[in-house]
Amino acid sequence: MMNKLKLMSGNEALAESAIRAGCRFFFGYPITPQGELLEYMARRLPEVGGTFLQSESEIAAINMVFGAASAGMRVITASSSTGISLMQEGLSFLATAELPCLVVNIMRAGPGLGRVKPSQGDYLQATKGGGHGDYHTIVLAPATAQEMADLAFEGFSIADKYRNPVMILSDGMLGQMMEPVILPDSVSVDQLPQKSWAVTGSRDRGRNLVLAAPYTDDELIELNAELDRKYASVRVQEQRWEGKFLDDARLVVVAFGSSARISEDAVVMARERGLKVGLVRPITLWPFPEKAFETLRSTVDAYLTVEMNSGQMVEDVRLAAGVDKPVYHFGHGGGWIPSAQAVYDEVVRLHDGSIAR
Amino acid sequence: MTDAEIPYCPGCTHGVAHRLVGEAVDGLGESERVIGIVSAGCSVRSWRLYRFDMILAAHGRSPAVATGVKRALPGSLVFAYQGDGDSAAIGLTELMHAATRCEKITVFMINNAVYGATGGQAAPTTLIGQKTTSYILGRDPANTGYPMNMAELIANVSRNSYVARVALNNVRNIVKAKEAIVRAFKTQRQRLGFSFVEMLSACPTDWHMTPLEALNWIGEAMVKQYPLGEFRVPDGLQL
Repeated sequence: MMNKLKLMSGNEALAESAIRAGCRFFFGYPITPQGELLEYMARRLPEVGGTFLQSESEIAAINMVFGAASAGMRVITASSSTGISLMQEGLSFLATAELPCLVVNIMRAGPGLGRVKPSQGDYLQATKGGGHGDYHTIVLAPATAQEMADLAFEGFSIADKYRNPVMILSDGMLGQMMEPVILPDSVSVDQLPQKSWAVTGSRDRGRNLVLAAPYTDDELIELNAELDRKYASVRVQEQRWEGKFLDDARLVVVAFGSSARISEDAVVMARERGLKVGLVRPITLWPFPEKAFETLRSTVDAYLTVEMNSGQMVEDVRLAAGVDKPVYHFGHGGGWIPSAQAVYDEVVRLHDGSIAR
Repeated sequence: MTDAEIPYCPGCTHGVAHRLVGEAVDGLGESERVIGIVSAGCSVRSWRLYRFDMILAAHGRSPAVATGVKRALPGSLVFAYQGDGDSAAIGLTELMHAATRCEKITVFMINNAVYGATGGQAAPTTLIGQKTTSYILGRDPANTGYPMNMAELIANVSRNSYVARVALNNVRNIVKAKEAIVRAFKTQRQRLGFSFVEMLSACPTDWHMTPLEALNWIGEAMVKQYPLGEFRVPDGLQL
């Protein structure tokens, strides 16, 4: 079936795509700038025989997700920054119980209560925890409304494959801007793979357990070892990124999501001026696409991380780039959005060598 | 139920409560449709005692988890088994809202007026003057207010629900407790609404009493604050 190009906001594209992936359950609490996503689900889920339930808080929402995921369903929640903070215990529990689900963070400016302008201030929260213990959330970073749709659709498959929560790390700008989108074909709920481990009532089988903790200390150590093996496998198989103008690049800009779109404009401007600048756009933030940097080690002189925060992904770029190459950071938090001109000016400044490390 | 070792102190009546729940499930022929949810507290390991599907969830969040399960599988029989901290402190919001929404789930609250698993600290249901490790001179209402009567609270917010308080301190009360549990499950099975059974339970260890003293204390002190009975019975409940 041929899908037509539709003009949609990122939030709506994500929501519709989730439903087409066979997701029939949304639990969430309203928070700007997630509102359109929640309201789209409220309108659309009943149309497909799904369940929309507004929870009393984000804590309740992530635990309702825990319940529906335990029962084997594809399930999604969405929030923003401070609401995602409330979900952190839930994410640790979901990962421990090895439950698949999709959690969407439409980032807003923080810290604290913050304000509703977009930011990228939750990178560390998403990729380095922010819940307790040795677990990881698989984090996907869309940069267009099309990717909001594509990564949500694929996110469910990734979550099911690894039995782990998947986070879509987006922001208010991506959520609300309208772009042409080709939506994926719908998957029928009947076609989804069966989950033999789910708690669905023990007819025709032995009983199943979904546990936030095992019974003994030794079992917990063993569970951690199993999770380590799982995450090692994810690291090897699921790194994704986009690279542009890298063949002869001497300075590489590294950016994700909205700041990557802005940075790409700046990189094009720099190329028009003859500067050998390239762009690496991580699409998975966890696992961080270290492989993208392996081939660059011998040719790139320096990296510039552009983020709408005070320096978060830059730490991972430094780790991936190696100790002998300078990695600069441009950006700060609180709702600051760079212009392409500002990024370009920074690129020129670094390229001309007028900044020492 | 299984033959797993019961991880409770001598004289604790959690074991009685678990047995009544298991008997009720079997008596109603529901063991293949039931999904039970436990969480932090003394009952954290009680998932081992049942032969049916069980979830171990986050502290206080069982009613929200139960909501997710029941909305996903409306034909199942879903119950949450909580302590007094789980239901009246950290989980109060999730419990009150599941009740307000009339979620078709059943919640059992084991009220022993203390936090057993962590060594005897105060609970929202600790009685005035009752000594705990948090307030060693006894609960003073001028400092920490008054005990929470959860059954009455739930009955107020949950329309067409079954809400009862029972006690596990003697045979007569245990028989009534069993009846209440069965009625709660029937309320769910007949899709009438939310169901909640608060069970006054003994904690000899953290009350610093013998098992017999503890059972007596339920009958003499606890029921004065927490009267027994049915606080709401749904219209149309077929017994």
